[in-house]
Amino acid sequence: MTLFFILILQMIDSVKLNSISQNYGEVQALININLEIKDGEFFSLLGPSGSGKTTCLRIIAGFEPPNEGTVFLFNENVTTIPPYKRRVNTVFQDYALFPHMTVEHNVGYSLKIKGVSLEEYRKQVHEILHVVKLEGYTERKINQLSGGQKQRVALARALINKPKVLLLDEPLGALDLKLREQMQVELKSLQRQFNITFIYVTHDQQEALSMSDRIAVLNEGKIEQIGTPSEIYSSPNSSFVANFVGTSNIFDKSIAKEVFDIDSAFSIRPEKISLLINEADNQYSIDGKIIEKQFHGSFVKLIIETTFSKQLIVNLNQSNPNLSLGNEIKLGWSKEDIITLDK
Amino acid sequence: MSEIVHSNIFSRISDYAYKNKNFLLLTFLLPPLAWLGIVYLGSLLILLMHSFFYLDGFTGQIVYEFSFSTLIELFSQRANIDIIIRTVMMAFSVTLGATIIGLPVAYYMAKFTTKKTKAIFYLAVMLPLWSSYLVRVYAWKLILAKEGIINWTFAKLHLTWFIDYILSLPVIGGPSLSISYIGMFLVFTFIWLPFMIIPIQASLERVPNSLLDASSDLGAHPRKTFYKIILPLALPGIAAGSIFTFSLTLGDYIIPYIIGTSKFFIGQAVYTHQGVAGNVPLAAAFSIVPIAVMAIYISLAKRLGAFDAF
Repeated sequence: MTLFFILILQMIDSVKLNSISQNYGEVQALININLEIKDGEFFSLLGPSGSGKTTCLRIIAGFEPPNEGTVFLFNENVTTIPPYKRRVNTVFQDYALFPHMTVEHNVGYSLKIKGVSLEEYRKQVHEILHVVKLEGYTERKINQLSGGQKQRVALARALINKPKVLLLDEPLGALDLKLREQMQVELKSLQRQFNITFIYVTHDQQEALSMSDRIAVLNEGKIEQIGTPSEIYSSPNSSFVANFVGTSNIFDKSIAKEVFDIDSAFSIRPEKISLLINEADNQYSIDGKIIEKQFHGSFVKLIIETTFSKQLIVNLNQSNPNLSLGNEIKLGWSKEDIITLDK
Repeated sequence: MSEIVHSNIFSRISDYAYKNKNFLLLTFLLPPLAWLGIVYLGSLLILLMHSFFYLDGFTGQIVYEFSFSTLIELFSQRANIDIIIRTVMMAFSVTLGATIIGLPVAYYMAKFTTKKTKAIFYLAVMLPLWSSYLVRVYAWKLILAKEGIINWTFAKLHLTWFIDYILSLPVIGGPSLSISYIGMFLVFTFIWLPFMIIPIQASLERVPNSLLDASSDLGAHPRKTFYKIILPLALPGIAAGSIFTFSLTLGDYIIPYIIGTSKFFIGQAVYTHQGVAGNVPLAAAFSIVPIAVMAIYISLAKRLGAFDAF
């Protein structure tokens, strides 16, 4: 009986979008979006700018009602409920901190609105500032903070309300690489600590792959694919996903047929291509000329000019004296590393 | 000199200016600063000086000797005090009225307009300033007159009793709208309104929409968002706009002359004393009052934090 109950609980979607469409005049921002995000999940909306991911987030937050479709939060239809009545909080891309208030007043804003006692207010603000490691900053004005600190204040302000769902709109976009990597780890541990749903909007595929439980890849207002990071990476279902998530060498249908005698378009990841020493049965091989070589630390990236007018990107982790510009080399990959596209 | 660096007297001056930024700044700023310092502040000081001279009661001649008698005269006579109180009260009401009307307009302009409608709004707000101030005031006199369009409209709506009620109120009432403080208030408010709308609009324009979203996201009802976010962030604009409406009302003498009762405002007092009466010292003393009031007003606004946001 208990087990059954737990099963039921786990099946509850924290957020469910049901055939959502949104357009701004002529521009179709979202086209028939269906999403089911489980409670406690770290879910990323990944896509290039203009793909509709932020619009999707704004609809979940309630900042704009969708033209069509319904939004459910924990099985409750909230499509027409304004944002101040939804138990969802947002970390904005520009942080949206109130410039005329101190850190404390920013963080405690929602508590003041709810009208909690001063004692409770102080306690909770102190607690959450401890969580984001900003104790001692209570009296600071917003313009006296660095980018990373602003980010933490925005997080604290969104988390203090103990939302059921936290929406993050490219929260790390404005930070430098080192800080971004550090914040990625912290965000992930915060999500585990609070055990709430994170919906994370990003255009950075590395970020989405490393942090998410599941990813939805968006393109031009449509969902291209939903899946776990490894599914998205190892079996993309379209050339868009293959190209957007990680680097891919994509061969269209005609080249696939002509050169490799394969019936559909396919792609191959740069790290799956290797220098060919002796030909094996299960391998495809090609000849090419090195036209560019970049040292990336743990691997060497080559750009290869092939005989069939298509450039290849190859990542090699072995060093070889033959790898200098202009050299002709033989490359190959095995059959099982091929990702078949657009079947 | 070397062959690379071209050198003559002009290039040496420019080299010097390049190294000494203050020298460059001074050469560019000296003419406008001189204008401001000598012509503007200088004449203001001379005005201030005049308020320490006095008019000889017998000869009607100005006595150029240092004395407090003019200032004492200004602040000891009940009639003069009344003029000051009347003007300051009017300036205060006009500022309040312009804020209440201007804020929603400015908010709409800043947040809800497209590029095209914003241009239309700008035009609508600024257009009255293109026509003559006198024409506008006389137009208002006709609008507010007993036979004017306001009375006519209210009569057609069978609401004449409402106008009669307002005009029967003590102090602000009068025989007709065009001969009452309420009428004068309306004219002042609408004539100075653009000076209130534009600064508020400018300050609200700088408030990102995400702040309003964030406030709503954190549970604030739109009304709370207004009091806690929009109003505080519009405050610098309101302060700037109110400096305009307040000081313009304090110094104006045409609207009180055309609209309203025969009771004097500061501007009229200055005009009369320096003109017909030839009492330049008292006129000078009167014109010091708006300056003093504005100084007090701005320092109060500053203390209340009106210039703190951003």
